[in-house]
Amino acid sequence: MSILVNRNTRLLVQGITGQSGAFHARGCMEYGTNVVAGVTPGKGKQSFDGKIPIFDTVSQARKRTGCNATMIFVPAPFAADAILEAADAGVELIVCITEGIPVMDMMRVKAVLKDSKSRLVGPNCPGIITPGECKIGIMPGYIHKRGNIGVISRSGTLTYETVWQLTQRGYGQSTCIGVGGDPIGGTSYLDVVKMFADDPETKGLILIGEIGGDAEEEAAAWIKTNFKKPVCAFIAGATAPPGRRMGHAGAIVAGSSGTAAAKIEAMRAAGITAAETPAMVGETMIKLLKS
Amino acid sequence: MNIHEYQAKELFERFGVASPKGKPAQTPEETEKVAADLKTSSLVVKAQIHAGGRGKGVFKNGFKGGVKLCSSPGEAREIAQNMLGHYLVTNQTGPGGRLVRKIMVAESVQIQRELYFAILLDRKIGSPVVVVSTEGGVDIETVAAKSPEKIVREVIHPLIGMQPFMALKLASQLGFSGEQLKAAAKLFMNVYRLFSSMDCSLVEINPLVLTTTNEVLALDAKFNFDDNALYRHPEIVAMRDEHEEDPREVEASKFGLNYIGLDGNIACLVNGAGLAMATMDIIKYAGGQPANFLDVGGGASEEQVTEAFKILVADKNVKAILVNIFGGIMRCDVIAQGIINAVKAVTLPVPLVVRLEGTNVDQGKKLLIESKLPIRAAGDLGEAARLVVAAARGE
Repeated sequence: MSILVNRNTRLLVQGITGQSGAFHARGCMEYGTNVVAGVTPGKGKQSFDGKIPIFDTVSQARKRTGCNATMIFVPAPFAADAILEAADAGVELIVCITEGIPVMDMMRVKAVLKDSKSRLVGPNCPGIITPGECKIGIMPGYIHKRGNIGVISRSGTLTYETVWQLTQRGYGQSTCIGVGGDPIGGTSYLDVVKMFADDPETKGLILIGEIGGDAEEEAAAWIKTNFKKPVCAFIAGATAPPGRRMGHAGAIVAGSSGTAAAKIEAMRAAGITAAETPAMVGETMIKLLKS
Repeated sequence: MNIHEYQAKELFERFGVASPKGKPAQTPEETEKVAADLKTSSLVVKAQIHAGGRGKGVFKNGFKGGVKLCSSPGEAREIAQNMLGHYLVTNQTGPGGRLVRKIMVAESVQIQRELYFAILLDRKIGSPVVVVSTEGGVDIETVAAKSPEKIVREVIHPLIGMQPFMALKLASQLGFSGEQLKAAAKLFMNVYRLFSSMDCSLVEINPLVLTTTNEVLALDAKFNFDDNALYRHPEIVAMRDEHEEDPREVEASKFGLNYIGLDGNIACLVNGAGLAMATMDIIKYAGGQPANFLDVGGGASEEQVTEAFKILVADKNVKAILVNIFGGIMRCDVIAQGIINAVKAVTLPVPLVVRLEGTNVDQGKKLLIESKLPIRAAGDLGEAARLVVAAARGE
């Protein structure tokens, strides 16, 4: 078991002929992900690297290949439309890697997706990986190892840092998921925490958060009464100045809300162990698993 | 991105949001002319800087107040003389103050009631939310803490936008009636149209006033724009005033680097926003103070790394530099080559600690060793923080 993606995932890549779309489609294929189709409007009937069929629309790709997940690399001005197209075609899992989508566009997308069966992860996220089975996204595959720790975060490299600390110590991951650094996204921390709660393979959870919003607090409140596995957290941005957007569009302390201190307090109040530094997350999780 | 008060007024005019008449000026002569055109004896001259606290600010030439009332164009001219070309120090500018390059002359209105109106983004529900209060002219967070019952929130559905009935409901909740009810509702509808078509993340009108002549006007406003949407609003981008920004940040933005200047003495260069924040945090934990936030992004080029390095080295407060890279998309050899090029171009004035991990890490480390540069290598993030803090202390 694992969550969201596994051996049965049949992946579509929207924007497969663009520079990063092509690069990361190859990265996923090399990792062993079953990439079944690509979409680039106007390039239908061509093929990607001589083996993956390209379609003009997601709807065609879905009918011909039965793809059940999509990875979006479409440029920001067109990415909201790409998400809506995937939902319209009924693709179950939509992972949007694209960074820089206007918030107003994402609000409209989110309002439409409420009545859809599709699940969106992202945008502005590194993707999802179930080690040894399926990688959808831009993370380096080799730092991961199959195991029992679930990892959830908003960021890319900070997640790699954490995963590497686990792998180097011989501890693997069930699934690692980045929900993205934008103020409005699809799947929330709470959604993922609930999935990890139901996954028997996941024995412990690492929650990497950052300043801005209150998604971490929301997850912590649920964990307090419902989640029975050990949880270790780290919140980035304790030293970030208020009112400044720290790289991620969503990483901003607005007035007195969204501070690292408030989030760490919410974690502790929920019985979650907060790692003192980003270098101690792996170690802290392993201690929890042993105790 | 921030804009000046006179630019906010221009946007209000364009979208039919009622606000007192006023225009910017760059010279005392122009100030006099603009003041005369307003045809009123009730005037206000306001220094145009991005920092708040102008009213209580003091100019370095001794002139008191960045917001001054007056009653004739001649007086306005004299006030402008004392403001333009001088540094205004407020509780938000720091001791250096800000050079005033423009002033705004506006009609000064007599206030009957002060209210609060804002549209912002609610991240949790994914919709715009209107916030109104009968307590205007004061900080809304103070109102929220002291008398939360005086704050009313109305969620706007992003697919249909603000509807006329909502605007009327809000106006009525603020105690408006008769003609003023209609005027306030019209103002709210127009502010929403502005918010939505200009991709704002915040429009805060504080105060919204009812004048003694029963006009409903937006007296002062704060805008935030969604940086992600600036590509479709060239007229907003044109409002950017680089004079109001940290010169280090302006330089960094030219090379597509995400840089935020801070007050500490340990510079850092990191890939990825989350890891960059975490690196600042661990520097603090190890007893140091970060000099900046710098995310070179997932796919930075050798040239971008070189430019990033130049910006760090140019900061005179910096006593040590930490490079922390976890290569995913970013290859460690590219980072290493960028550092080597930068150090060759600008002699390295302070100790440099490098921590590389991830894609092509061995090639990266090899390049650094072969360069024979005086680099302290760190095996992991914790060690990197300890080494750079010690280096900044001269150890």
